[in-house]
Formats: sequence, C-alpha cells, structure tokens
Amino acid sequence: MTLNRRTFLGTSAAAAASISAPALLADGHGKPRVVVIGGGSGGATAARYIAKDSKGAIDVTLVEPSRTYFTCYFSNLYLGGFKEMDDLGHTYGNLAAAYGINVVHDWAVDVDRDSKTVSLAGGATLPYDKLILSPGIDFVDGAVKGWSLAYQNAMPHAYKAGSQTELLKSQIMNLPEGGVFAMVAPPNPYRCPPGPYERISMIAYQLKQNNPTAKIIVADPKPKFSKMGLFQEGWANHYEGMVDWIGADFGGGNVSVDPANMTVTIDGEETSVDACNVIPAMKAGKIADMAGVTDGNWAPVNAADMSSKADADVHVLGDSSSQGDMPKSGFSANSQAKVCANAVRGALTGSKVFPAKFSNTCWSLISANDGVKVGATYEATPEKIAKVDGFISQTGEDSATRKATYEESEGWYSGIVSDMFG
Amino acid sequence: MIRAALFSLSVAASAFLAGVAAADTGDVQAGEKVFQKCSGCHQIGKGAEHRIGPHLNGLFGRPAASYDDFRYSKSFQRAGAGGLEWHADTLDVFLENPRSMASATRMSFRGIKDADDRANLIAYLRTFSDNPADIPEADPTATSLSHDLDPTILALVGDPEYGEYLSGECTTCHQSSGSDDGIPSITLWPEEDFVLAMHAYKNKQRNHPVMQMMAGRLGDEEIAALAAYFARLED
Repeated sequence: MTLNRRTFLGTSAAAAASISAPALLADGHGKPRVVVIGGGSGGATAARYIAKDSKGAIDVTLVEPSRTYFTCYFSNLYLGGFKEMDDLGHTYGNLAAAYGINVVHDWAVDVDRDSKTVSLAGGATLPYDKLILSPGIDFVDGAVKGWSLAYQNAMPHAYKAGSQTELLKSQIMNLPEGGVFAMVAPPNPYRCPPGPYERISMIAYQLKQNNPTAKIIVADPKPKFSKMGLFQEGWANHYEGMVDWIGADFGGGNVSVDPANMTVTIDGEETSVDACNVIPAMKAGKIADMAGVTDGNWAPVNAADMSSKADADVHVLGDSSSQGDMPKSGFSANSQAKVCANAVRGALTGSKVFPAKFSNTCWSLISANDGVKVGATYEATPEKIAKVDGFISQTGEDSATRKATYEESEGWYSGIVSDMFG
Repeated sequence: MIRAALFSLSVAASAFLAGVAAADTGDVQAGEKVFQKCSGCHQIGKGAEHRIGPHLNGLFGRPAASYDDFRYSKSFQRAGAGGLEWHADTLDVFLENPRSMASATRMSFRGIKDADDRANLIAYLRTFSDNPADIPEADPTATSLSHDLDPTILALVGDPEYGEYLSGECTTCHQSSGSDDGIPSITLWPEEDFVLAMHAYKNKQRNHPVMQMMAGRLGDEEIAALAAYFARLED
C-alpha cells in the first residue's frame, strides 16, 4: 500500500485518540530501546534524531568501534591538499552529553533477531525493541584479481576514511618524478558514485603542482560514470594529457594487479606502477549479513520507513541498504535516517508519522574553486525509493558559478556534520 | 496578505488533486508484453543492435536521432536538431501518436492509445537506461504528484511539529544553530519572508538548482509549516 497523506492523517488521528500513554512497545521493560549499529551519516543521524525528538522517552544506544569518525566525504579534498585530516574527524561526546545517547565504542559481532539482542565483541549483550543497522560498506572478496585486504598497505583502497586515506596521500606525495599512479575503479553499485573521479581530480591537482610529468591511469569496469562529462571537461581543462581513463569499452574491466611487483595488467597489457589505489566491488557491512537481512550483497528495505524486508523491527540505512534509486552517499544516508527516525519513534511512542521524503546532493571538486554538483529528490513507492526530480551542473559554466558551488559544498559539510553530531 | 492569497489559490488548486505522494511510471512486466508490438523492428537489452529501427538501450535522456550509425528519416533528424530528447513525458506523447512528433517518420506504427499500456511500456524501456542509483543524474523513474493537500486537511498549515519533521531535509545543509559556513542561515526569519522565498524558488523565479528542486515538491502548507518551525527555532 502506498502511504498517502490522507491515510496517514487518518491513522495518526486514530492513534492519537486511542493512545494516551507513551511507550507503546516497551514490552514490560520500561522505556523502549533502540540500538543503532554504526556511527556514520546514517547511524549518528538516526540516533540523534530519535533521542532529540523523543525527549528521553526512548533509550538510544549507539554502537561504533571508532572513537573518532572520519568522513569519507571531503577525504578526497585532503588528498588534494584542501583539507587537513583533523578537519574530517568527529567525536561522539556531544551525542552522549547533549542528547543522552549511550555511546558504546565496541564491535557488534552478532544479532539474534529472535531474542532481539545484539552481541558485542567485549562480551556485552544489548536488547532492543528496534534495531537500526547503518554499517556502511565492506569489500567483496576476490573482486580484483591479485588483490585482497592483506595487500591494502601496498595498494590502498582508501574507501573508508582514516589511516588508509593518509597512506594513499603519502604514496601520492612520494611518487617518483614522472611516475605512474593507477586506480582500479569499482563496478556499480558502490559508495559515492562520483567519488573515484573526484579522487582522480584531486590527485591530478596535487601532482600537477609537485610532479607535473606524472601520469594517472584509471582502469574502470564501467562504460560511463556520474558527472562524466563534467569530469572529462575538467581533466582536459586543468590536467591536459595527465589522466588516461580506460573504460569498459576499452578493456578497463579486464584488470589484475600484482602488489608484490607493483604492476597492473589492463586487458592483457602489463604496466609498472609507482602507486595504485584499488577500489574493489562493495557489499553491505558485515553485521548486516550476520543479522540475516541481506539478499546477495545488500539489505533490501521498504521505502516508506527503511525497515528491512526480512524483519519489521530492523531498519537498514545508507550504503548497506538496497532501496531503489538513491545513490550510496552520506547525504542519502542522512536523509534516510530522518525518515527512519520518524517511523521508529512513531512505532515506539505513538508520535505522528509523516510521509517519507528523501533527497540527495553530491558535490565534487575538480580543481581549486571548480566545484560541480548533482542532486535529486526521491519518494517512496510501493516497490522502491524512486527518483522524481533532479539537476546537474552544466559543462561550460563560468568560474563564479563553480566557485559558488564549491563554497556551497563547504557549507553543506558544516551542515551535515552538525546534523549528525549535534 | 500575500500568504493569504497564496493559500486561497492552493485551496482552489488542491480541490482537484489527490494527496498521493508519488507514482511509478508503470508496470515493467506488463510493459514487456506491450513491447512485443515494437520488437519486430527494435531490439533492446544485452547485445541489442540497430535493425529496421535503432536499438533502444540507453534511450532515456538521449537526443532524438542521435546515432551516427543509423539512418533516420529527415523528419526525425529535424526533431533531434530541434532539441527533442527522450524522457518519459516525450515518449508518452510520441508513443500515443508517432506522427505527432515526426510527421514523416518511417516508423509505420499507429501508436498506443491506452495510457496504461504506454506507461507500462515506458517503465519497461526505462530499465534499459542508466540507473539513478549508479548515475544520480539519470532520468527519474517515477513522477512526483502534487503535495498540495485536500482543503479539509489544511488544518496542517503552520503545524510546527510537521515543520520540525520536514526541517530534517533543510538541516543537512542549513545549520539549525543558524551558523552560516557557506550556506545561508534560515532560522528566525519572519514567516512571510520565508514563505515568499520558498515560493519564489518553487516557481523558479529565484535561481538555485538545489533550492528549486527542494521547494518544487513542497506543498503550500508544508512551506507554511517550515516557516512556522524555523521562525520559532531558538538554539
């Protein structure tokens, strides 16, 4: 059934009339309990909104192994020299202090959906009434021939921000004069569709200043990618002759790497490289698999409230979910988290549940003050989250527009991290 | 005064509209059956090639008559040069009566009169073009119906609780603290200014693609709810 506004008003009015006491689903144990696994764009936002809007009526626990969370978004700008690593790091103290969220720095190692409990590596067991999984991505084993996580130091993925990003940057900065940098780009679907290409832009920007005869080769299993016209225009304008993008039509998908000898073989042709960024095929964060809510690589969800198709008391947000038309992005996860938070709160306390609306915008930086963006709005249909409208920056835009777009992306960054961490 | 005028307009307009949120463009499986009318001339899917008609992979968002290796009628070449692109709306008109768009097309097909059949066919064709999850700028897969509500529900106007929920879409970029780090503050505005600004974006009188898109799907009472919420927001 499509949730329409009339139905929702009807049911919420009825609900409001019949329910006087909150804690609808407390199951005889006091306050209803929500456990959120993953403290990124989806999880931190969901935890904060549920805690903030329920004003203490719901017990919220956030499980996140890292004490400092580094955003993937803007980590390419760190590679380009526009941001410091410290600019990307965020901590959870305010979520605990200002919103009363129980922040647990531990790994979730199992979910028992029958007893509705989460087990932590440290031995604790957390009971829940509603579970929200927002664990981001893991990599598909064997996705790139010759590469595995064991080789992530020789050939970093840098697709989870932090030490991997710092490692990749040091390899870029230490590239020999006139050296070769290679990227193995991922197949669809993956986190941040324009991300690999913004990364190419930022690496080219860095090399153009410090090592202008260096070359960049990209082996790509896809025939096209997001903002392709904008990136290719930018590469021609700013980094002429530096970037060699080899798409699927030219054998870019037929690739293997040899981390011990630092070679990359594309469509049968072996090349020695000085640094190589391998971004493998992706899948839902492992805990989604352990919870038994995945089908193939991702966790299917209902568009109206991000609940798992396998279990109405489990919600899956962001990159791990399979929801339809939204790209896997921090903005998408943040947007989905607010729809989910509203639905979870409604189920647990009888608060009003409003219809789902989703949006996303991805900004990318091509060179200094040369920003572009793509965005869309989405709505819940019975089958999926469906795109209903959108826009994209145009090729040939003037420099003032591009500068304004970059400045807007900085504003968005401040906005989303304060929306996540308070 | 101006807000009152806007609301009376919306009452008139919304009386004709249902409050449904979004509609899929059609049923893909049913569309596959409809495609049998096309498959004598057009191939689609893996390995599809031009035959009597051009192949139809990657159709959505493509200008008409844009393959160099297919001989189009003059009529179609003119339509392409004139800016015709294939999207759900243009395909719907074309499929109802092909000659309405290209008077001398060589496509000898009378068209599909049934709107559901066309919608289903378009949904089927859409599955062979770029997926917005991978290429966010790819064509939409559904149409957004109006968010204007039935007048009997206009009691929602200015509901700050609804405004608070809706504000989640704003605070990804506009900080609820009112800080401005490159994206302007929208807190503590007079409600009327807020409403006017949002309607100016909605009507594309103010230029900003993100804001035009965000405001474009907000109903009048939703804008009022947001105005009411942000006007009272103290950090």
